[in-house]
Amino acid sequence: MNDPETAGVGSFSRRTFLKGLGTSAVAAVAAQTTAVAAELEKVNAEKIVGPGPVPVTLNVNGRKLKLQLEPRVTLLDALRNYSSLTGAKEGCDRAACGACTVLLDDTPIYCCQKLAVEAQGHEITTVEGLAKGDKLSKVQQAFIEKDALQCGYCTPGFIMSVTALLKQNPHPTANEVKHACAGNLCRCGTHPHILQAVFQAAGVKTTGKTEVVHV
Amino acid sequence: MSSWPAETKYISHPTLRVDAVPKVTGRARYSSDIQANGWLYGMILRSKWPAAKILSVNLDKARQIPGIKAAVVARDGAFNVRFYGEEIAAVAGSTRQACLDALRAIEVKAEPRNEFAVNENEARKDDAAQVWEGRSNVAPGRSREHGNVDQAFGECAAVIEGFYTTPVQIHNPMETHGNTVSWTDEGVTAWSSTQGISSVRDGLAGALQLDQSKVRVITDFMGGGFGAKFGAGAEGVLAAQLSREAKAPVRLMLTRFDQALAVGNRPSSFQRIKIGAKADGTLHAFEAENYGTAGIGAGADSGGGGGGADIPMPYLYPVPNSRVKQSHVAINAGSARAFRAPGNPPASYGMESAMDDLAVKLGMDPLEFRLKNDPNEVRQREYAIGAEKFDWKAKYQKPGSSSGPVKTGIGCAGAAWPAGGPSRSTQGEAQINPDGSVEFRLGVQDIGTGTKTVIAVVAAEMLGLKPEQITVKVGDTNFPPGPGSGGSTTCASVSPTVYDICQRGLQQLQQQTGIADARGKNWLAACKKLGVTPLVVHGNWIEGLSNRPAYGVQFAEVAVDTETGLVTVKKVVAVHDCGLIIDTLTLESQINGGVIMGMGYALYEERVMDDLSGVVLNPNFETYKLPGIADVPEIEIVLLNMPERGVIGIGEPATVPTAAAIGNAVANAIGVRVGSLPITPSKVLAALGKVPPAAIT
Repeated sequence: MNDPETAGVGSFSRRTFLKGLGTSAVAAVAAQTTAVAAELEKVNAEKIVGPGPVPVTLNVNGRKLKLQLEPRVTLLDALRNYSSLTGAKEGCDRAACGACTVLLDDTPIYCCQKLAVEAQGHEITTVEGLAKGDKLSKVQQAFIEKDALQCGYCTPGFIMSVTALLKQNPHPTANEVKHACAGNLCRCGTHPHILQAVFQAAGVKTTGKTEVVHV
Repeated sequence: MSSWPAETKYISHPTLRVDAVPKVTGRARYSSDIQANGWLYGMILRSKWPAAKILSVNLDKARQIPGIKAAVVARDGAFNVRFYGEEIAAVAGSTRQACLDALRAIEVKAEPRNEFAVNENEARKDDAAQVWEGRSNVAPGRSREHGNVDQAFGECAAVIEGFYTTPVQIHNPMETHGNTVSWTDEGVTAWSSTQGISSVRDGLAGALQLDQSKVRVITDFMGGGFGAKFGAGAEGVLAAQLSREAKAPVRLMLTRFDQALAVGNRPSSFQRIKIGAKADGTLHAFEAENYGTAGIGAGADSGGGGGGADIPMPYLYPVPNSRVKQSHVAINAGSARAFRAPGNPPASYGMESAMDDLAVKLGMDPLEFRLKNDPNEVRQREYAIGAEKFDWKAKYQKPGSSSGPVKTGIGCAGAAWPAGGPSRSTQGEAQINPDGSVEFRLGVQDIGTGTKTVIAVVAAEMLGLKPEQITVKVGDTNFPPGPGSGGSTTCASVSPTVYDICQRGLQQLQQQTGIADARGKNWLAACKKLGVTPLVVHGNWIEGLSNRPAYGVQFAEVAVDTETGLVTVKKVVAVHDCGLIIDTLTLESQINGGVIMGMGYALYEERVMDDLSGVVLNPNFETYKLPGIADVPEIEIVLLNMPERGVIGIGEPATVPTAAAIGNAVANAIGVRVGSLPITPSKVLAALGKVPPAAIT
């Protein structure tokens, strides 16, 4: 006969579920469910911030950016709209286009999907942080020389993805470049020049296949 | 008559884009980057019903949300909405989050209509819900006939009939539509993401009942338009109204979702084509019926660009006997707008597919068949050059004869863009300063095509300076008026204008300074002689330096996996002419872009509507697929430089033939026609008889 407590679908019984929660949770359930909520509330009390604005400190391009933000403000929103760093662009606000790509400790991320409060304590690099004074980074310079941009709206995102790639892998293959840029969209259709620019930045000579016929 | 210099230092050479540095450093301020003093966020509440009568809109609770500074209705009193996404109200507030909260607090009383039509083939039926009450969804068709079509088909050695369809395509510029608008006692300033600062200025002035002189539109940088960004738009007018109420600048950029619903698209097409040729391959008879949808209107909101559903038929090839019937079908969806080469990519896909199908029936090489029937000398030349570069003769195999599960195929197609050519009213000015610096000011805008660079190249050539010595200012209605950037007209409009400004400037410098030739090495000395007052010269577009139209041909090579249905484009050879080339580098970029956009149209892009809710089902980039860098094939470009023709634009023709060439390559690979764009794996498998076809309902 089935133990009523273990009756369930497949192997996932109430008992194994409770087991998975650990002894304190089991004890709490045995006592009363409301007690769990109270306990959790107590544990979490120190971490809850907001919903009103809270102080947030971001390390962006080597500088401290001190802001007052609601915890629901994204890193993209914080950069673009609470500071003058509008280089990261908003193209979709849902991690699909890559125009908002920035580096979080050298890892390219979609900053529209990162809350600003979560980005504290990390080194954030935006496209504004790549040039040293008037001296452009190799990637920026190559994008100009290969005309790897048209309207330019997706450009900061591509440049950040490529910058991260070349830091990790200074001599990528074409497939590695394509993989690194797979999360960036461009509607003007600049991709062939972007590929050339990455190779140029990596020190590989490339030549376009365009031919001008004088008629 | 004026003429371009025979020997050039910059014209027809590669010149780096003059505004590239701000774009790669993030310093470029796009309309969505404007942080006017005290600016607020703006957001629009849109209809959740595809058809409804809006009885009332109550903004009281929205106004009480902390941080909200203004709320306005899109229209006063009761009104009808006819598509999911039509504007109902808008709010402005100090944070994005406050606006999101406020949108939820707006109370809308509406009577939703239970019946609506979002599918053109449903909307065509007699008992379909009417999009416009009391009016048939199917517009009275237009018919054209010449020759004796019925008799001519009897005289043909081969006749084919095909049904070729193209989807609604969404522009999806990376920067959505929108503006930052500041309305003060002095007037309105709008930083617009637009292709037409003048048309936005006039549109705002009209809608807000202000003098045109009280409205200034600025577009320093904008993130793409492709035909969808000409007018002020409902979003521009709402932003201005919010700004007036809030007494603060309002930045109202659309969301990606909004962008898919309400601000334009390319109409669909459903083309039934019958075409016949004589035994020698000469086209003899053509009959076509086409319909498509431009949403609620045939380009009513297209801001001057032809957003209607009609397409040019028969495309490119003259047929002595032809009958064409076209109509468009209203559906409960956002209005079409001009989209890169309006009408041409769908026309090219239908006609060029039919051409290949007929060539197969005739047993002719499709390239030979085109050369036989295309009267255009430039394209004849382009086909010859392209075929050699592509190695057409060696690569061509009979349809479906490639071995193995992954089959390769090749195809080609031609392009025209007859509507290009200059805007003759283009004006501009230059300020020549005593220190030798010079600034050109034109009321055009650079939408990413390189207009600023074109101005710098032409000015540098004419003045004997370097492009980097020329300061270029565009994108401000305070400058002398220029054309909207559409229809491949901008380059042909601004180049002769800059030429004229330079000629006049040199003449005046000569008169004022006595230096016979102020160009090049004499430039600084001549400028110094101006004393303390800069010289400002005005110029106009002049005759003889620009032209239309442009032609082009493209060749495509594909691999089709007959087990998965996946199409991979291996290579595209694009041969294009645009008269006198100004900058080979930015021109190359634009042709790459045209090919890649055409590839999206061929293989990936399609707006999908939900019959039950009336919503666009794929209003974002996860489900509306654009080509990514890994999809892009090797693209080889051949540019024909024809200086004697003058300057011609390239934006449109570069995207016209790509989808047709890819479609033909797929048919050549698998031996059967996929008659419907986008050519998805499921359609390929259906054409191969491996899965049941999806019915067009």
